[in-house]
Amino acid sequence: MDDAAEVPEIRQPTGSRLARFLDSDLWASFRRSKTAMAAFVATVLMFALAFAAPWIVPQNPYDPAQLDLLNSNLPPIWKAEGQAPFLLGTDDQGRDVLSAVLYGLRLSLIVGMLGVLVSGTLGIGLGLVAGYVGGLLDTIIMRVADVQLTFPAILIALVVDGVAKASFGGALDTNATILLIVVSIGLSFWVQYARTVRSSVMVERGKDYVQAARLIGLSTPVIMVRHVLPNVTGPVFVIATINLALAIITEATLSFLGTGLPETMPSLGTLIRIGNKFLFSGEWWVVAFPGIALAGLVIAINLLGDWLRDALNPKLQ
Amino acid sequence: MSDTVLSVRDLRVVFETRRGTLTAIDGVSFDIARGEILGVVGESGAGKSVTGSAVIGLIDPPGRIAGGEIRLRGERIDNLTPEKMRRVRGRRIGMIFQDPLTSLDPLYRVGEQIVETIRTHTDLSAKAARARAIDLLTEVGIPAPERRIDGYPHEFSGGMRQRVVIALALAAEPELIIADEPTTALDVSVQAQVITLLKRLCRERGTAVMLVTHDMGVIAEAADRVAVMYSGRVAEIGPVESVVRAPHHPYARGLMGAIPTLSDTAERLTQIPGAMPRLTAIPPGCAFNPRCPNVFGRCRAERPEPLPVDRTRVACHLYDERGEAA
Amino acid sequence: MSAGAYVEVEDLRRVFDVSKPWLNRVIERAPRQTLKAVDGVGFTIRRGETFALVGESGSGKSTVARMVVGLLPPSAGEVRIADISMTDPRQAAARRRLRARIQMIFQDPYASMNPRWRVGAIIAEPIRAFNLIQGEAAIRERVGELLRLVGLHPDDARKYPHEFSGGQRQRVAIARALASQAEFLVGDEPTSALDVSVQAQILNLMRDLQDRLGLTYLFISHNLAVVRHMATRIGVMYLGRLVEVGDKATIFGRPRHPYTRMLLDAVPDLAHIGRARTPVSGEIPNPIDPPSGCTFNPRCPHANNRCRAEVPKLIDGVACHAVEEGRLGA
Repeated sequence: MDDAAEVPEIRQPTGSRLARFLDSDLWASFRRSKTAMAAFVATVLMFALAFAAPWIVPQNPYDPAQLDLLNSNLPPIWKAEGQAPFLLGTDDQGRDVLSAVLYGLRLSLIVGMLGVLVSGTLGIGLGLVAGYVGGLLDTIIMRVADVQLTFPAILIALVVDGVAKASFGGALDTNATILLIVVSIGLSFWVQYARTVRSSVMVERGKDYVQAARLIGLSTPVIMVRHVLPNVTGPVFVIATINLALAIITEATLSFLGTGLPETMPSLGTLIRIGNKFLFSGEWWVVAFPGIALAGLVIAINLLGDWLRDALNPKLQ
Repeated sequence: MSDTVLSVRDLRVVFETRRGTLTAIDGVSFDIARGEILGVVGESGAGKSVTGSAVIGLIDPPGRIAGGEIRLRGERIDNLTPEKMRRVRGRRIGMIFQDPLTSLDPLYRVGEQIVETIRTHTDLSAKAARARAIDLLTEVGIPAPERRIDGYPHEFSGGMRQRVVIALALAAEPELIIADEPTTALDVSVQAQVITLLKRLCRERGTAVMLVTHDMGVIAEAADRVAVMYSGRVAEIGPVESVVRAPHHPYARGLMGAIPTLSDTAERLTQIPGAMPRLTAIPPGCAFNPRCPNVFGRCRAERPEPLPVDRTRVACHLYDERGEAA
Repeated sequence: MSAGAYVEVEDLRRVFDVSKPWLNRVIERAPRQTLKAVDGVGFTIRRGETFALVGESGSGKSTVARMVVGLLPPSAGEVRIADISMTDPRQAAARRRLRARIQMIFQDPYASMNPRWRVGAIIAEPIRAFNLIQGEAAIRERVGELLRLVGLHPDDARKYPHEFSGGQRQRVAIARALASQAEFLVGDEPTSALDVSVQAQILNLMRDLQDRLGLTYLFISHNLAVVRHMATRIGVMYLGRLVEVGDKATIFGRPRHPYTRMLLDAVPDLAHIGRARTPVSGEIPNPIDPPSGCTFNPRCPHANNRCRAEVPKLIDGVACHAVEEGRLGA
C-alpha cells in the first residue's frame, strides 16, 4: 500500500474538455506565471501579425512590381525624412521594412513549424519503434542518433542543403528551397524527440495497461499507436515548443549564410543578411527591425517552452 | 502521568491547495508512555503518516500544523524553529521509514553514518563512537558487525538494511521512535524478524514507539495500544486486545472483519461499502456516516468526540451517554 | 492427461538473461549471467476451482502467471489450457479463439488502464477486438451490464480512470477481463495495492463472480491469509520452484515442507496478539546465485548433506528430502 506521502488527492471534475482544462493544474500554473502569460501573448501577437500581414501592410515585398526605387533608403517614420506609409523605413530597393519583416516573420514561422512537424514525426516514429520493439532495431536507431548528435545541427542542414543544391543545380524555385530547408531542419532535430519518446515508451511498455492490450490480442502497431503513443506526448510538446525556436534560428542562420531563402523571397534571416550591408552606411533600420523581430519571437517561444517544461514536470512543483 | 513520553493534543494539520484548505488531521489526541508501542493504523488517506510527520516536524508546505500541541516529555515541540526541531529529531526522536534504501546514503559506509549520528548528538570520541556503533549493530542482530560496519548499504540485504536503519535510529538513544511502515517493504519471513527486534529493543531500552502501519497483523503482534484512524480522526484507541478482539467503533469492527486471517472460517469477509472519503469531500458529522451500518440522525449532523468505553476511547455517537453499545 | 484438468502446466521453466551489455562483458571478461526465475514448475487447475500460488519476492510466482496467460514465452515446458497448447505453433488458430477466454487482473489498478480512455471504451475494447458484439448500441448495453455485474453504475462508463478510487478501478479491471467472456482469470496480486476494507470488497466480488459464472482462477499472492480465504488448492513457491502443493486444508492444517511451516509461522496475524515468537533466521538468497541442491537448505533446520547436493523432487505434493526420508513427521 503506497500512502507514505498521503498527499491529498483532488477529485477532477467531470465535464467538457474545456471545463476540465480550466480546472487543470496546467491552466492554474499558467495563470500564476506572469512570464508565461506575457510570452504567450507575445507569441500569439506575432503569429497573428505574421499571418495577417497581407491585409495590414502597405506592400507585398515579394512582388517586385510594388517596389519603387524612388522610395528607397527611407528612414523610420519618426525621423525627419520618414514618409508614410513606410512606418519602419525602406531598404535600397524601396522595400518597406515593416512589410518585409512581417512577411519574413510569416515565412520563418512556416518553415519553423514545418521543420518541427518533420523532425517531430520522424523522431516520434523512430523513438516509438526503438522503445517498443527494442532489440537490434533499437540499437541501430539509437546508434545513428548518437552519431548524428556529434554533428552540430547547422552543419547537417548545410550539408543537406549543399548536396541538394549540387545535385539539382542552382535552379531551385522558392518552394523547393523551403522544402529543402524544412527537410534539413527535420533531419537535424529528430534525435531529441526519438530519445525522449524512446525512454517514455520503455516506461509505458512495462505498464499493465499495455499488457492488458496484449492479452486481448491487439497487434503491436495498434498497441503502439492507440495505447502507448497518446501517453508519451507530454514531453514531446515541450521539445516541440523549444525546437520551434531552434528551427527558426536554424532557418535564419541558413538564410544569413546565403544557403537559405533567396533575396526575392526574404525570411528574417535573409533580411538580416541584406541589412547587414547597410549597417555601416547608416541605414540601421534595415537590419535592426528584422533582428528585433527574430529575437523577440525566439525569446517568447523559449520562455513559453521553459514554462511548459516546468509545469508538466511534477518533480519541480 | 509522569511516564508519558509523547503527548499529542487536538492536533490539526491542513494542506493549502488552490482549491481551498484541506484538513488532513482534525483533532487527534493520544499519549505514548515509556517503553510502550502505540500502533497507529488506518487505510490510505486516514492521516496516519501525516500524524507521524507532524510529530517529527516534517510537514512540508503546502501542509502545516494548524492547531493543537505536541509535547515530548512535557515540552512543546510543535512550535520549535526548524533548527531546534532538527536537533530534537536526531537526538530525542529516531525515525524508521518504509524503504531502508532511501534512509541510508548509498555513498557512505553504514558505520560512517552511524558514527556521524552518534557524534552529532553526543560528545563521544571517534573511537568510542565506532565502538558504540559496533555495539548497536550487534544489538540489532547484524552478524559479524566488526566487519559489516565498513560495508556500503547496497551490500546489505533488505532485512539487514532495515536493521541498520533501526541501529541508526537508536544511535542517539532517543526517547521516542517514529516507525512509518517499517515492515511493509520486507518479505513476510523478514517482517517477523524486524517486528521481534523492534519489540525487544523498545522493552529493553524503555523507548516509546509510534508504529504507523496499514497492516493490522503487524499491529496485533507488536503494539501495546492501538489507535484506529479514519479520515484524519481517531475512531478508536485502546489496548490492542480490546481493539482487535472486541472493537467498539463500527469502522473498527468492519475493519477487523474485513481482514482475512489464518484461522477464520468465514466464507465471506465483512465488507464496508464504499471507500474512505477524499479530503475534498469529508461528509459533515461523523466522517464514517455514509458507510456506517449503525448510522442515525445525529451522526450526519454532529461530530462525535472520543469518549471512554470499557478500556478504550471511542468516537461514536452509539456510545454516547449510554456508555455501552446498542 | 488428468481428467477434469482445465489448466495443465508441465515442467515450466523461464531463464532471464541478466548479463551486462556485450561491451562490458568483453572488457571485464565477465561471463553471461542468467537467472532461473522459474525452474521446473508443474501443476493442474480444475475447472471452477481457485489455484493459488503463494511465495515471497523472487519466488517466480508472477513469472509463472505471465507465462500461463501467454504474456511471456517459457524457456521450456508447456502450458495447456482447455486441451490447447499455449506454445505449440500448430495450434495457433485454436489458441487465438482461446485468447478471449483467458484474461488477467493486475496488481496496480492505477497502471492497468490507459489513463486517457474513458472507462466505457476500456471495457469495450476486448469486445471490439474479439468482434463479440456488433453495433454501438449493443456494445454500450453490454458495457453497462458488465459495470452492473461488478457493482458499478452503467453511467460510470463516461468517467475516466482517475475519477475512481483504487477499489472501483479494480472493479473496472474485472469488468474488462469479463468483457471477452473470459472463463479463466489470472489475478496477479489483485488486491495487494488496496486497503483492507476495499480488499474485502474485491475478494468477495471475485468469489461471487466465480459462483455465478463458473470461473476458474489462478490467484497469485504473497499474503497467506488472503490465499487461505480464496483458494481451493495452493502451491507454495520458493526461488523459482514449487516446494509444496496441496488443498487448502492440508497446506494450512498439516503443512509438511519446512518452508511452508516457516512461512505460516511468520505471518503477522490478528489472532497472534502480543505473540512472542522465535523468528526464522535468514533471508531469501540472491536468485542469480542460488544455493545448490534444495535452495531452502541454508535456512532449513533439517538440512543435511543430501539437501545441499541434490534438488528434491516433488513427491506426493512436497519437494523435501527430509519429508521423503521420513525425518520430518507430518
